[in-house]
Amino acid sequence: MILQTRGLCKRFGGVHVARNIDFGIEAGEIHCLIGPNGAGKSSLFRLILGAHQPDSGTILFKDEDVTRLPPFARIRKGMSVKFQVPGIFKDLSVRQNLVISFQHHLHGHDLEATIRRVVAFAGLEGLEGKAAGTLSHGRQQWLEIGMAVGVEPSLLLLDEPTAGMSPEETRQTGEMLRVLNAQGVTILAVEHDMSFVQQIADRVTVLHFGEIFAQGSVQEIISHPGVADIYLGASDD
Amino acid sequence: MNGQGNSGPGVGQSLIDATPRQQRNTLALWLSRLEGPQTMGRGRGFWITLALAVLAAAIYPLFVDGWTVGNTAYFLVWTFMAMGLGVIWGYAGSLSFGQTAFFGLAGYGYGVLTLNFGAAYGFTILALLLAVGLAVLLAVVLGYFMFYGRVQGVFIGIVTLSVTLVFQAFMAQTAGPEWAIGAARLNGFNGMSGMPPLTIPWPGGDVLLYADIALYYVLLGLMLVVYLGLRMLLNAPFGNVLVAIRENPERAEMLGYDVRRYQLLAFVLGGALAGLSGVLYTAWGQYITPSSMGITAAALPVIWVAFGGRKDVTATLIGTLAMIFLYQWLTIYGSQYAIVVMGVILVLTVLFAPEGIVLSLMRRLSARLTSAGGRP
Repeated sequence: MILQTRGLCKRFGGVHVARNIDFGIEAGEIHCLIGPNGAGKSSLFRLILGAHQPDSGTILFKDEDVTRLPPFARIRKGMSVKFQVPGIFKDLSVRQNLVISFQHHLHGHDLEATIRRVVAFAGLEGLEGKAAGTLSHGRQQWLEIGMAVGVEPSLLLLDEPTAGMSPEETRQTGEMLRVLNAQGVTILAVEHDMSFVQQIADRVTVLHFGEIFAQGSVQEIISHPGVADIYLGASDD
Repeated sequence: MNGQGNSGPGVGQSLIDATPRQQRNTLALWLSRLEGPQTMGRGRGFWITLALAVLAAAIYPLFVDGWTVGNTAYFLVWTFMAMGLGVIWGYAGSLSFGQTAFFGLAGYGYGVLTLNFGAAYGFTILALLLAVGLAVLLAVVLGYFMFYGRVQGVFIGIVTLSVTLVFQAFMAQTAGPEWAIGAARLNGFNGMSGMPPLTIPWPGGDVLLYADIALYYVLLGLMLVVYLGLRMLLNAPFGNVLVAIRENPERAEMLGYDVRRYQLLAFVLGGALAGLSGVLYTAWGQYITPSSMGITAAALPVIWVAFGGRKDVTATLIGTLAMIFLYQWLTIYGSQYAIVVMGVILVLTVLFAPEGIVLSLMRRLSARLTSAGGRP
């Protein structure tokens, strides 16, 4: 297990966004976190990152207790994140975005080589000098994925990586994640596009009212009778 | 011999040779950072213009009398505080409205030290360093509680302004004889005076830097060193992180940067530069009063930097010099409305060039030069 949570609880006022969550991600897998709106996906995501502190419970990353560490310290231990709304530096050039993302670990020729590699990987050739905010939405998302993976994280956290993308961009993003995964990056993605989940996921965890509702392979989850119910139930609200 | 004739890389290369080469590389790296994405101005044209400007400033004392040169030195005194505010506000994105707290603390610190210990054996230089150290200490303590206490945005301005106003109010009530530190009377609203100017020990007689030509050259040199040093620092990874924090602090943290630490470092750097200005001001005029920490004094640097362009150190510097010159000119020629004019300029800047008037002119010029250079 690269990441494990034990008895994780978090409430905001009277709302339990995480209720006793025992959850784990195996090294090397692509794990999707799904659930209807308000199920606690983003909260669990933020708890793992350290953007929220849990009321109780522990988070282990590579067998080390990181529960009390601030986000930047978790990132330095090998986590990496891509947000739902593109978290890029819009007024800075594509190149500057990448330099800032990698300068922590890389210098000189290594830095340049990584920038070239990531630019090619994210399909941003010829756009290095452009302000990142002027890129198309899909390219901004890819730039952020590039920023998140350039330093070879051991765990990549993605919050709705395909939000706002065209079907073609979504498919390309799926391929991109597959390539990364083949290179050894473990991925946790919060997602609610089920066809995308089917395209990429090795395992799926379903959250409902801040609790783990079901867990298993994509096929197991799709054929799970309760999962369809909670989604339909949610859409009935 | 660098061992180039050997077969394998590094084989036979002496370790003694390796060190200077490493140092040369480090020096070359830092020099290369004189230009970069976080500062405007690059290429031969820019450096020639800068060299000509420095040359003009250097020969300027040949054409005017010493008194005027001394007054011009006064303009240079303020540029350090302005450039420091530019780093905190323009680069790191936290508006400090109380740089004058560091200015005043260091100014008074210099006064207390030199009034007690005199100017012999170059002590004024040590006093300068100690007084700037005081400003740094205040910046570390204040900055720690602000940034590690997650104080953000406009509240940084409110906290820092409060601090400088408290300092002013405190110093203004120190008129009684009981308010003295050793031989130095604080003197309440009238302020402290009679401290020695900066004195450089020299064989055959110390050089006293009164508000005159020698002080002008020292300040000019110091300004150039700080300006170029800041250019290198801002184009280094440190400057990149500051800009990242300004643009999107959450993303910066999620790239593994301890945002609070960088904000604190920028704040301390700005505090040190404001302190330097405070010492130089005190040494220049041999007096300092509580009004140097009052609300008008606190607002002026914000206006200079806003007018110049906070996001670029060159624009900040040019804008500051222009605004101080204008302010001085207005005050000398009897206008009681100098401060009102400053306010109007601030409003016009915010309305028409929110990034700064000098900066937007520089951007236009740079765009024009680029397009002219690109033509066949």
